Amino acid sequence: MPDGILVFIEQRQGRLKKSSLEALSEAKRRISEIGGEVAALLVGDKVAGLSAEVAKYGPKKILLAESAELAQYSTEAYAGALADAIKKFSPKFVFAANTAMAKDLIPRVAARMDLPCVSDVVDLSTADGKLIATKPVFSSKAQAKFEFVDGSGFLTLRPNVFARSESQNGASPQTEPVALSPVTVRARVVETHAAEGGKVELGEASIIVSGGRGIKGPENWGVLQNLCDVLGAALGASRAVVDAGWIDHQHQVGQTGRTVSPQLYIACGISGAIQHLAGMSTAKVIVAINKDPEAPIFKLANYGVVGDVLEIVPKLTEEIRRLKESS
Amino acid sequence: MKIAVCVKAVPDTATKIAIAADKTHIEKTGVRFIASPYDEFAIEEALKLKEKLGGETVAFSLGGDEVTDVLRDALARGMDEAVHLKDELFADLDPLSTAKMLALAIANGGFDLILCGQQGVGGDNNQVPSLLAELLNLPQANVVVKLEIENSKFKAEREIEGAHEIVEGSLPVVISAQKGLNEPRYPSIKGVMAARKKEIAVKDAAALNAKEKLAATKVKLVELVPPPARTQGKKIEGDADAQVKELVNLLRSEARVI
Ligand SMILES: Cc1cc2nc3c(=O)[nH]c(=O)nc-3n(C[C@H](O)[C@H](O)[C@H](O)COP(=O)(O)OP(=O)(O)OC[C@H]3O[C@@H](n4cnc5c(N)ncnc54)[C@H](O)[C@@H]3O)c2cc1C
Ligand SMILES: Nc1ncnc2c1ncn2[C@@H]1O[C@H](COP(=O)(O)O)[C@@H](O)[C@H]1O
Repeated sequence: MPDGILVFIEQRQGRLKKSSLEALSEAKRRISEIGGEVAALLVGDKVAGLSAEVAKYGPKKILLAESAELAQYSTEAYAGALADAIKKFSPKFVFAANTAMAKDLIPRVAARMDLPCVSDVVDLSTADGKLIATKPVFSSKAQAKFEFVDGSGFLTLRPNVFARSESQNGASPQTEPVALSPVTVRARVVETHAAEGGKVELGEASIIVSGGRGIKGPENWGVLQNLCDVLGAALGASRAVVDAGWIDHQHQVGQTGRTVSPQLYIACGISGAIQHLAGMSTAKVIVAINKDPEAPIFKLANYGVVGDVLEIVPKLTEEIRRLKESS
Repeated sequence: MKIAVCVKAVPDTATKIAIAADKTHIEKTGVRFIASPYDEFAIEEALKLKEKLGGETVAFSLGGDEVTDVLRDALARGMDEAVHLKDELFADLDPLSTAKMLALAIANGGFDLILCGQQGVGGDNNQVPSLLAELLNLPQANVVVKLEIENSKFKAEREIEGAHEIVEGSLPVVISAQKGLNEPRYPSIKGVMAARKKEIAVKDAAALNAKEKLAATKVKLVELVPPPARTQGKKIEGDADAQVKELVNLLRSEARVI
């Protein structure tokens, strides 16, 4: 009988994804309603060393799927490893963070198991003992609540939405290897190029400073980057400025860009078109700086500053710098 | 080179969304349906590959009446054929069941390449391409911004967080398109005229050999709700210096985010 939750813990080059630990924390919060135990799965080559960090979040078990073939992500090898771990642990649900890797991997394994998947979940609840997953739909103009008909399936959770919490009870988890079945890998990653992005990755950033057409020209990115630097923030952008060639598409937030959910989103000279809002409306706190008091972004903003970005942002940067230096 | 393109008809992202009385659908009247924007990149890539390598392009779409215009538009852009998967059994299918139906339609067609969009906007599932690849037992590359095909091999550049991965493998393959892959063309007047005369093949569950059970959805939409209301925002007034002081103060003491 399937029971419990298996959490896929993502690592690349030995670095754990913070959002996977959020998924693990949420699994722990849900387990009493679902029944059984929480197990965490680490996949890679020599990843046992990451167990100690994962253990802090209190899984009952840590499953290790290790082989040289798993050193670099490939859909087929990782799908094989996850499927093997599922057969071993036989969970009711599989949780993962909704990252590029999970978007590629999780549906593939869901199809193999003939189980459904709900992706980009922002809230979980239970009704009549059934897990209900809520996700934004139609550019965040609505939210859909889904029930798993057979009480079993896969969920990917939006990064930065679920709290990461270390476990209080100190019992250390059992570590178990996963026996891997042979797989044929027909598509392989042969190279990885770091994108010419900012210093902080958008999806994981807890603060994002985003610029739109209101920053006037690409020569003014430095003004926003200075604010990013004092805040440790990632740099985002509207589509208008990406299309204008002012910045790489990697920075675009919105419907046809990245979906982000930071603690703080500072929109600078962005009008707030629905397609932009689709990518950032679950941010905890939204600040809008715009010279047009009627700009739609102000409807969503917790704090609205009517003014010229090129005047406000440098002052803001200085003020925060002063504050950080004095504290 | 035989290429299948999966196209999803979705509400234009700019339209107002009204939740219907049954709480599990949106009001369709007055809503303009378009191909999911990423599917336009998939169509364009199919057309470009055909121009280069020769062959045949077929568009597949599962859905209700809204699909017709979307497939007609795909034909107008230059797709050779269009197949509409349409049945009452297909209403409200989840991604897995949708992929199963598409897989039945595509499986024995002799396709070398199956192109999808990386995301059907609206539902925002990012699932069907990987599901389809598994169901068809093919390799995959998702969120692709550059694609090269040569001698039954593919080389795809895909976007991940903060980096690009170059994936190589053998055909047939399922590829999902990301913005940046190409610049979609508009249909020409000649194309629009020609598309009017083309027939859109309609396939129902029986024609696909899909049993009722196969089409049944495994996640049920319980209800659609409006997005959670955000708290009424504060407008910060005054001259720039005063505004900045107050903003920093609020972010620090009220919102506690810096
Ligand atoms: C299918 C589809 C998908 C899309 N996907 C996306 C997406 O992923 N992301 C996205 O962002 N957009 C997307 N868009 C585009 C979207 O509709 C808007 O066109 C875009 O977001 C506008 O960008 P913007 O706010 O920078 O520019 P504008 O709308 O031109 O707004 C500029 C703002 O800057 C303000 N401003 C000007 N000067 C100053 C100044 N000196 N100081 C302060 N404020 C100033 C103006 O008042 C204005 O509000 C999509 C559109 C479609 C149709
Ligand atoms: N009903 C459908 N008919 C045809 N193709 C679809 C359908 N649903 C999804 N797809 C394809 O799968 C891609 C990703 O969709 P999704 O998994 O819904 O985000 C889309 O861009 C389409 O290429």
